[in-house]
Amino acid sequence: MAAKSNLTNMVLVLGVTCLLCSAVLGGAYVLTEEPIANAQVEKTNKAISKVLPEFQSVQEKEISGVKYYEAWSGETLVGYAIESTAGGFGGPLVLLVGITPDRIVCNTSVLSHSETPGLGAKCTTDAKFMSQWKNFNPKGKKMTAGPGGDIDAITASTITSNAYAKAVDSAVKVFDTIVGGQSSADAITGASYVNKNNGGQEDGE
Amino acid sequence: MASKLKLITDGLVKNNPTFVLLLGMCPTLATTTSAINGLSMGLATLFVLVLSNMAISLIAPVVPDKVHIPVYIVVIATFVTLLQFIMQAYTPAMYETLGLFIPLIVVNCIVLGRAEAFANKHGVLESACDGLGVGLGFTCSLTVLGLVRELLGAGSLFGHNIIGGNDGMLLFVLAPGAFLCLGYLMVLFNKLFKK
Repeated sequence: MAAKSNLTNMVLVLGVTCLLCSAVLGGAYVLTEEPIANAQVEKTNKAISKVLPEFQSVQEKEISGVKYYEAWSGETLVGYAIESTAGGFGGPLVLLVGITPDRIVCNTSVLSHSETPGLGAKCTTDAKFMSQWKNFNPKGKKMTAGPGGDIDAITASTITSNAYAKAVDSAVKVFDTIVGGQSSADAITGASYVNKNNGGQEDGE
Repeated sequence: MASKLKLITDGLVKNNPTFVLLLGMCPTLATTTSAINGLSMGLATLFVLVLSNMAISLIAPVVPDKVHIPVYIVVIATFVTLLQFIMQAYTPAMYETLGLFIPLIVVNCIVLGRAEAFANKHGVLESACDGLGVGLGFTCSLTVLGLVRELLGAGSLFGHNIIGGNDGMLLFVLAPGAFLCLGYLMVLFNKLFKK
């Protein structure tokens, strides 16, 4: 079966194998790069369209380490889709929270979670729980599913419900920072378009 | 021709990787929460298995003994990465569901096991048939396991709810249910096919 080993043929065979494999993978990477990027964009747009009203274009931005998207319909800002994470029962619960410029949570959607199937995982299917986030006004609400809170919990999944509420709450806080930071930035430069690429920097000032 | 057909059916029944050889238990238990997940995981492994078996049977005669494991692993890893690119590009949703278990096919003992036990001693065509047989065996086992767990745990088949309402026996979707189902299916399989 196999050839007898000596230093030359070991180095040669291993080297040639690695070289060939890298060449194949390099080629495959170039070929699939575009479809992968397209799939990613489509996925993001689909997620955003779940949490915000109709929009035409999206801009990806970042503010103090938090990723968020601005959805535009022509010249009007439809809203912000903000990625927000909170510790759930089984691991991080990552939400995309859509907030319209008038500070109303338009809708929310779960990007990833590791909650218990049939219990906490119902946060992606439970109609009653999910519908409370539609056109939700966070003003003056106590964002907890526990006693005295304003959030309806999923039965037997208070920790997940609380995490969900916490994630929405921190998304609203991010929204406040974005809006606060941007209006001052607009005032300085007088043009919002220039700021689009370094909005995050301006917020630090 | 008959011998090649036998190689394929051997992989399905006599050398069934899941129910007889008990190889690749980690993806078997972890990804079979539903029939479609099991099927996809099986097909992904089948793809790698056939291609790596063929490539390894081709290069085996020139590979020095002492470095044959690293060489095989490089070849297998190449096909797995190739698969990853393809899935990311064309079936992103499935790629996300199976997640970590796709790259982990590299260290799946079925793939390296077939390379060591079969492909490096046989021709390209036989090796391809062996890979196809074992891959199909793995795919069928995972699909059946996923089917049973989905039916009992969520009351649906391939995502279609068939019992009405959404309360299944949750246990079967969780980890203990994986072990229970696997055990009983193994008993059933050996009762039916073992002579």
